[in-house]
Amino acid sequence: MTVQTEAVQAPDLLYSEAEEDLRSAVRSLLADRADAPTVIAGIESDTPYDLRLWESLAAGIGAAGLLVPEKLGGQGATHREAAVVLEELGRSVAPAPYLTSAVVATEILLALGADGGPAAGLLAELASGRKVAVLALPFSTPPADAGAAMTGTLERTVSGVAEAAAADVLLVPTADGLYAVETAGDGVDVRALVPLDLTRPLATVTLAGATGTLLADAAPAAEAVSRGLLAGAGLLASEQLGLAEWCLTETVRHTRERHQFNRPVGSFQSLKHRMAQLWLEVVSARAAARNAADALAAGSPDAPLAVAVAQAYCSEVAVHAAEECVQLHGGIGMTWEHPAHLYLKRAKADSIAYGTAGRHREAVAALVELPAP
Amino acid sequence: MSTAVDAAGIRRLTQQLLADRPPATTDRTDFLEARFDAGLAWVHYPVGLGGLDAPRSLQPVVDAELAAAGAPDNDPRRIGIGLGMAAPTILGYGTEEQKRRFLRPLWTGAEVWCQLFSEPGAGSDLAALGTRAVRDGDDWVVDGQKVWTSSAHLARWAILIARTDPDVPKHRGISYFICDMTDPGVEVRPLRQITGEAEFNEVFLTGVRIPDSRRLGPVGDGWKVAQTTLMNERVSIGGARIPREGGMIGTVAKTWREQPDLRTHDLHQRLLTLWVEAEVARLTGERLRQQLVAGQPGPEGSGMKLAFARLNQEISGLEVELLGDEGLLYSDWTMRRPELVDFTGRDAGYRYLRSKGNSIEGGTSEVLLNIVAERVLGLPVEPRNDKDVAWKDLAR
Repeated sequence: MTVQTEAVQAPDLLYSEAEEDLRSAVRSLLADRADAPTVIAGIESDTPYDLRLWESLAAGIGAAGLLVPEKLGGQGATHREAAVVLEELGRSVAPAPYLTSAVVATEILLALGADGGPAAGLLAELASGRKVAVLALPFSTPPADAGAAMTGTLERTVSGVAEAAAADVLLVPTADGLYAVETAGDGVDVRALVPLDLTRPLATVTLAGATGTLLADAAPAAEAVSRGLLAGAGLLASEQLGLAEWCLTETVRHTRERHQFNRPVGSFQSLKHRMAQLWLEVVSARAAARNAADALAAGSPDAPLAVAVAQAYCSEVAVHAAEECVQLHGGIGMTWEHPAHLYLKRAKADSIAYGTAGRHREAVAALVELPAP
Repeated sequence: MSTAVDAAGIRRLTQQLLADRPPATTDRTDFLEARFDAGLAWVHYPVGLGGLDAPRSLQPVVDAELAAAGAPDNDPRRIGIGLGMAAPTILGYGTEEQKRRFLRPLWTGAEVWCQLFSEPGAGSDLAALGTRAVRDGDDWVVDGQKVWTSSAHLARWAILIARTDPDVPKHRGISYFICDMTDPGVEVRPLRQITGEAEFNEVFLTGVRIPDSRRLGPVGDGWKVAQTTLMNERVSIGGARIPREGGMIGTVAKTWREQPDLRTHDLHQRLLTLWVEAEVARLTGERLRQQLVAGQPGPEGSGMKLAFARLNQEISGLEVELLGDEGLLYSDWTMRRPELVDFTGRDAGYRYLRSKGNSIEGGTSEVLLNIVAERVLGLPVEPRNDKDVAWKDLAR
């Protein structure tokens, strides 16, 4: 149960014991089932998702239902716990439709006030991990564009939809409102694209003669989609944090072991300073990401600013960390065999997902009244 | 453990103090001394030394009660070196007699302290310092030159490190003293800075006699003792709690809002980037404080000073540029000796120039990056050629 907090109340930026326990569970699952060679083998196969892994994460650990109250079939936790799951997913870059389904789609359904009705039924299925749903908008859509997305009809093509290939249900915004469309139904075509980030498949969705269930009219739907994208952007910061942390840890490990000129390359000051700088960025990204997760969990009026700040900051930290990881690994960092490229690709794609850092700085400008000329 | 060591007990003691010495009718010094004697100066210090052996997290209970009652404080900005550096070192290494002699007037502000550490030839490599202390009977005789000493012209006492053994490697031949700034051999000269002011001093020490009873810690252990002082300095420079838009970013944001004619697209992009970075730095500081309160101190403190130094420099640089024609002007180049260290006061030009010191004072950013790399990340140390060489044989 979350309590509406005063804007003046300081956010809780630490991790609770329960959050650390959840982290341990997710981390050991991913270590078992999604080490780097497994992930690399997976992205080259026809089934990008390890369905057994998703089942264990979503249903076994119960991660898919963290945001959903117990009476609606979930775990009754908050964005703080979901953020910890995303840190671990970022650390492993394992493909899993967690951010898209268990955060964005789930938050949209929650925002629709899922007491009875079709939204409630779908919500319970998402919370249990039995079904996956994704929002049928380009992955690059920032929260600010939610209103503009409520346009058109069920006859349409949407490109760049993240994890549509794994989805059972598409949430489709139209001028009339938000529809739930079964991907297995007639008139639905989901065609895989070749993504920069192979660990997060993208697809073009074409709807021609498809039917769906209207979940909400345009006005409440726009509000719900906006809330879903805000949660997605806010918790993406935690994925970026986990990713950056992995890059720094591996880079430190490598440069301590790798010898050139009869000394570990990590003893050269030019490299040490770069890693120390990265450490400072990771430490700062953690504060920004925890602040966003806490604000979302509390339903704080500060949440839009906390999310915009976290995205404006953490996107660039993740990309910087991944780029430094490749460079400071030297030649091995350029190989397909070493996992550094997975992190670089994920980081770069994440920097566009739910709005670039620049889009989020524009949001900051509006929220704190620092207008453009 | 006494029953006073919880929030209710501390509140009771504070009310008792206010009843015994009503601030409205009590002399400031009397009040501060009574507060010290009641153990409410710094509650985490020992009983009898201004504290109650209470958790540090209970100090805000005292501060809030006293502020609400309009009680005078000890003007911590004026005595920051005493409070932040000398006091923890005296508490950690001083004899009982030293603690009883020095901590009370230090805390009340009756005696101001300064720090005699850096030398012209020993900056980042502080352990190479050359000020000599030679034993003469019950005294030490000190000769040398110190620099970057704020408050030296106001100080009654100084914490001093000096070389007591030149024949061993540099870290091992240093001892730590309390120096009487009124000794006739102490000469303080203002050191004018790029701001036009002389916030700092040069201090020349010529035949200064220090009784051995004013040594802190064992002979030759001064480097270890100094680490206590330096860690506290870095925390105090980077660790102040600030509200959103506190510090320099607030000043630039205000100018941006009030003077639309100054706005350009380029400045807008840079302002927003810095605004976000300042907000994240604020949150990082807040997270560090929450870790300390929860008893989980992390290494994040080492990074805060790095972040604030860079931000202060970039924000004040942007501000000068934003001001355009006004940025071409400077308020006043008159040589002054300010009583307080002021990073944010005066005009944009002053802030721009003063903030250049933020990445030098209290450990240069380059040295702090080394510390993070080696002590936090565990990266190998740079090969060094001064470890096993006697100080007297070092190149200089």
